[in-house]
Amino acid sequence: MEIIISNSSDKPIYEQICMQVKNLIMNGSLCAGEALPSMRALAKDLHISVITVQRAYEDLTRDGFIETVSGKGSFVAAQNKEFIQEEQLRVAEELLQKVAEIGRAHGISYEQMTNILKLFYEE
Amino acid sequence: MEKSIQEENNIYVQDLCKQFDGFSLDHVSFQVPKGRIVGFIGENGAGKSTTINLILDELKKDNGQIHIFGMEHTIPSVREDIGVVFDECNFHDVLHASDVEKILSGIYKSWDSSLYRQYLKKFKIPERKPIGSFSKGMKMKLSIICAMAHKPKLLILDEATTGLDPVVRDEMLDLFLEFIQDEECSIFFSSHITSDIQRIADYVILIHQGRIIFEEQKDDLVYHFGIVRCGRERFASISPEDYIVHRTTNVSVECLVRDKEAVKRKYKDIVVDNATLEDIMLFYIKGGAA
Repeated sequence: MEIIISNSSDKPIYEQICMQVKNLIMNGSLCAGEALPSMRALAKDLHISVITVQRAYEDLTRDGFIETVSGKGSFVAAQNKEFIQEEQLRVAEELLQKVAEIGRAHGISYEQMTNILKLFYEE
Repeated sequence: MEKSIQEENNIYVQDLCKQFDGFSLDHVSFQVPKGRIVGFIGENGAGKSTTINLILDELKKDNGQIHIFGMEHTIPSVREDIGVVFDECNFHDVLHASDVEKILSGIYKSWDSSLYRQYLKKFKIPERKPIGSFSKGMKMKLSIICAMAHKPKLLILDEATTGLDPVVRDEMLDLFLEFIQDEECSIFFSSHITSDIQRIADYVILIHQGRIIFEEQKDDLVYHFGIVRCGRERFASISPEDYIVHRTTNVSVECLVRDKEAVKRKYKDIVVDNATLEDIMLFYIKGGAA
């Protein structure tokens, strides 16, 4: 498992870990049932505090990406990738609806908005 | 069976008081949970070493409770499971690392010779050279190795990484994180170098003039706290409950806020910077005085 932490990023380290693990699961690099490194081992490898990793794992568990079996460790949850994607698409739709409302109400052009979205995607 | 709060923590301190001439430790309370690294910060003379010496029963407390591994801290067997490192190397200059082992293996029942040798090798400490010829960094490494070679459950370090160069400090952080791979072990680690603590500590305790100012999760400190920088006029519009302390300079006002996102939402176009542990410490200590 490859995780790259940026210290200069504005994103908290637990969020960076959380996003990267989600990404690895969604693109198939991590398969259902596969074991994740223990929280303590990952903290040691990244030279960060255990609580930070714990927080990332808790968020991943809450979002259904991993399962933690006490005494055994954490594993990639058996889930339906399409289902997760669909669900996240719905979340994104809602946010984009808001974007469209703000844009319309304040005369921001569609091109301006898509440019911003494009910029974020390429980040 | 439910574990008591004393048993869940490797160190449990409640209302600790100690009176000296001109300085007192005033109802100090904090905990060091199992499996965690707790950083203890404060300026020189804030009471860090006094607190540590009281925990180790090197100094007698006037009042309060100290429990280690759920037991009264004065019980002699407690000391067997603690490794301690002070800011100075206490070994005599003419001794070699191998002599130190002979002494310490007589003191600690659980002394692990092969672990000791493994550490010496890993951190490139020669076994047969007088300690007097060691650099400051080597002496400190030897002290830390000695504190860990009897496989303690609790490591207490008082300014132990202060004199070390960045390379060695990084090696030490590695060693500390290795140490808490065992969930029963914890580290209590005082320093005024806040960058080490910012890196690996789970919790941070700030002590100032003998009092605990805060005891917080490190992530909450570094991700939620922020520093607002603005002009005097703008500052007047900020409600006092939205910041903790402020300081006024000739050109601007800076204030420490507990929730930078909330402040950004409430006050449009305000400059809010991330706060490092050092910033937070300075704000609390200097307060409005700067």
